[in-house]
Order: sequence, then C-alpha cells, then structure tokens
Amino acid sequence: MTELPVLFPAYPEIFLAIAIMALMMIGAYSKAENTLGAVSALTQVSFVVTAGLVLFVVGGATQLAMNDLFIVDQFAVYMKLLILLASLLAVTMSNGFIRREGMAKFEYPILIAFATLGMMMMVSANDLMSLYIGLELQSLSLYVMAAFQRDNSRSTEAGLKYFVLGALSSGMLLYGMSMVYGFAGSTQFNALANAFTADTGAHMGVIVGLIFMVAGLAFKISAVPFHMWTPDVYEGAPTPVTAFFAVAPKVAAMALLIRVLVGPFGGLVAEWSQVIVVLSILSMFIGSFAAIAQSNIKRLMAYSSIGHIGFALIGLAAGTEGGVEAVLIYLAIYLVMNIGTFACILNMKVGGRMVENISDLAGLSKNNPVMAMLIMVFMFSMAGIPPMAGFMSKLFVFKAAIDAGLIALTVIGAVTSVVSAFYYLRVIKVMYFDDPAEKLDSVESGAMKLILAVTGIVTATMIFYMPVVTDPAIKAASSLFGG
Amino acid sequence: MEIGIAHYLSVAGILFTLGLFGIFLNRKNVIIILMSVELMLLAVNINLVTFSTHLQDLSGQIFSIFVLTVAAAEAAIGLAILVVYYRNRATIAVDDIHTMKG
Repeated sequence: MTELPVLFPAYPEIFLAIAIMALMMIGAYSKAENTLGAVSALTQVSFVVTAGLVLFVVGGATQLAMNDLFIVDQFAVYMKLLILLASLLAVTMSNGFIRREGMAKFEYPILIAFATLGMMMMVSANDLMSLYIGLELQSLSLYVMAAFQRDNSRSTEAGLKYFVLGALSSGMLLYGMSMVYGFAGSTQFNALANAFTADTGAHMGVIVGLIFMVAGLAFKISAVPFHMWTPDVYEGAPTPVTAFFAVAPKVAAMALLIRVLVGPFGGLVAEWSQVIVVLSILSMFIGSFAAIAQSNIKRLMAYSSIGHIGFALIGLAAGTEGGVEAVLIYLAIYLVMNIGTFACILNMKVGGRMVENISDLAGLSKNNPVMAMLIMVFMFSMAGIPPMAGFMSKLFVFKAAIDAGLIALTVIGAVTSVVSAFYYLRVIKVMYFDDPAEKLDSVESGAMKLILAVTGIVTATMIFYMPVVTDPAIKAASSLFGG
Repeated sequence: MEIGIAHYLSVAGILFTLGLFGIFLNRKNVIIILMSVELMLLAVNINLVTFSTHLQDLSGQIFSIFVLTVAAAEAAIGLAILVVYYRNRATIAVDDIHTMKG
C-alpha cells in the first residue's frame, strides 16, 4: 500500500484553494443581484478562516509536507499572516472604487484570492519547483488585475507592461534555477543547503544561476536596476489594485528572496551579499531622487516603495539573524503605513471623480483636517521621523547593518533617507500651507474610516508596543536560521 | 565528434540570449515579444532536460513539464491582455506604448 503524502501542514492553502473554486462557482451560477458583494464578503471570510488555520496548523516546530516540497515554520507563519492581512484589507478597500469605476465583476476578489494563494505557496516553498509554481500563480493573477479596467487604455497598458517584464523576470529566474539544478544536482532546498555548506565553495555554474535567480526575484520586489515597470504599473493600474500591488506581493517576494538566500544559499552568503548591497544602494538612490520630480501621487508611492525595498535590503545584506529579523519588522510596518496611505489616496476624489495629483491635496488641512492629519502621520512615518513606526523600522535595519559591519551602507541609507524626507514633507507642505484646491469628498464608507483610523493610530503609537511585532519577528528569523 | 552536454547547454544559452535580446531590441511588435518570452522558456526546458539526463535524475524533467504548463497559461493571459489593449488603442506597435512616461 502506498502511503499518502503528509498534507496536514498545507491545510490553510488547501482550504483556500477549495474556497476559491467554490466562490468561482457561486460567481458563475448565482442569479443574485449583488454577486460581487456576496463573493467579496465570502472571500474576506475565507481569508480570516485561512489565517486561523495558519495559526492552528503550526505547532511551533518546523514541519515538512508533500515529500518535502512544502515547509511550514515560524517564518512562513509570520509572512502568511502579513499577506492575508494585506489581502483582506485590499478587498475591503476596493469595494467602493470598483463599483464606481465600472469594474464591478465578481472575478476581482477571486483574482486577489488566487494571488494570495500563490503568495502563501511562495513563502512556504521548500523546492525550486514549488517556488516557481507559487510565484507564477501569483504573477499570472496580478497581470490580469493590472489590466482589470479593460476599457481604460492606461490600465491595459499597465497590464501589458507588467506582463512583458514579469514574463522576462520569470524567464531569468527559471534559467537561474536550471543552472543551479544542473550544477548542484537537486532542486530541493535542504539538499542544496547541504551541497553548499562545504568549505570548497560552489561551482561557477551555481554562482551564475544564483545571480540569475536574484535578478529574477529583484524584478518582483522592484529593486533597482530591475524597477522600470514599477512607476508605470502603479500609475496605470486601478488605484485599489495599486494598493494591493504595493503591499502583499512586495512582502511575499521579499519573503521568498529571504527564504532562498538564507536557506539553500546560506553557505554562499559572501557571494550574494555583495549583490544585495548593490541592489540596496541603487534602490535607495533612485527611490529618493527620482521621486522628487513626481506630481502624481501613485507614481510617488511607486518610487517610495522602491526606496523602502532598498532600506529593507540593508537588513538582508547583513546576512545575519538580526538582519533578517529587522527586515521582517520593516515589512510589517511597511504594510501598515502603505495600506493607510493608499486608503487616503482611494479617498481622493472630487465630486465622485478620482484625482491623483499631489496638487489636488492643496489646503486639505482646512477642508478636511482629520484626513490631512492622517496623511501627515503616514508621510512622517515613511520619512522615518520619530516617534512614528517608520522610524523604528529604519532604526532596526540600520542597527543590524552596523552590527554586521556595513557602516558605509548604513551611512548611504541615512543620507538617502534624508533626501526622501524632502518629498514626503512636500506633501505635508502642500496640504497645510498651499491655497485650498477643490474640496475633496468625504470618506465613503464605514469600513474605509475604520481602516484609516486603525492604520493611523497604529502607525503613530506603535513605538509603545513594539514587542507585538518584534517578538514574532525574532521567532520567525530564528526558525529560518535553524534555531 | 560526439555531441555532449556542452553542446546542448550552448544551444539553450544561445536560444535564451536570442529571447532576451528579442525583448529588448525589438521596436516593432508586441507579438514578437510574446514569441521571445516563449523562446526563453523553451531554452530553459532544454537546459533542464539536458541536466536531467546528465545527472540521471528525474526531477529536471518533471520541472520542465511544469514549465511547459505554466508557459501555456502565460501565453494565454499575455494574448488576452494584448487583445484588450488593442481594443483600446487600435495598435500593438511597441513604439506606441508610452501613454505613461517610463
């Protein structure tokens, strides 16, 4: 009798996959007036149940499933909870927009759910094959989402650009994987880790493969010089889609990069850390200097996210447990402040029409003081000004880098952080000191108000309860380093 | 002359490079970009199968089946996006894709 493979650790993903298929059937066959409403509510419920399963399945120890293709450890649990939170909020925030802008189709929440499933598989990958399948499930859903407003030429152009560059990056990643497989003899992460721990170092073919893989993954986190698609896709895609892009896939791809570099390639840290240092420096520079000239707030957020990825990569460049822990804290705080900022952007409309220029915010402090205050909190946080959460996240990565002896990288990080403060502060200046522009509409729904209030308060007060984030991050990082 | 692993890898490497340059240097038509992407993925498949036979290990061939499947899905989605783009702009020339500066 053949033994069934162990499936228990993969229950959250299996549940989500079945739930999505059921939702598709509901969407396709339901005669109800409001199919979208029902499907998106059920999607939100599935996310919550999946999060519950994620917490329930992990017993504290690392578990393997499906013939070692799949791994669940504290790191995977931490990242999955972040991803599910981001997706849940993205579905919630989209509701008003997609109805107004003629995108009200039930496929929308389903695509978010498929992308989420892909991301969860990515962070739990323990083999190059499962990594690839998860990544593609995510990417293919995201291409469609970018082009979701299909009668809008900017949205479809964003989808096309994202597709072409995304396919290119998948190709490079795959080529790298094939080289690693060929020269190391396995696609399994544990086997690869064992092959590279030897002091002899790795074969040249493995190094080439590793560089290709890092390039492919750098596309997905939009690190410079692989960032060309980001500003265009962020600007062109419908705003709630951009909000989703800016958070969940970034967090997931970053998690994947950490998992791959620290896990199977942990023994080659000397080789990859130089590459990560270069990516980090370039991202911080482009993220801060190119953003200065932007007038469209979505484009500004694109450059801002490139910069943030640069800062997060500082922690990874350190290559230590403390560094990874700092990145995990950074990602959690990045998630909260980005969701908050995009909730504000989604509420930038005049007479029911979306506006997305920074100048449209002029004089917001007089028209809508609460919203102006919230945007100010988020901008201060992104700039890394104490006591906002963004300050703590930068502090942690800089500390990790200094502990690892990367003094020059830390100095560059601090300098570019000051430069980036310029454009964040400019938004605040426009809101508080410019002559009022047309009045923005008031916030559309109760759910949106709740998201704004919670993210705003969390961003402003996180400094008082940092252990809520740092403790799980410490556990997650130590599980990755075999602790 | 015996055809060895190096020859297979060279073919794959050349095909991959052709695909890469097809994406970057092509200024005409988006369909050609889609073909180039396909070329890259097939080059990877040649690599995987070559290594698989060389290592006497089956996982490379399984991997290549996965790549083939995903490549089909990717082509379908790419063409679908291209169709909606064409409906909006009535062109698929690469030079015309510049509504947003980038």
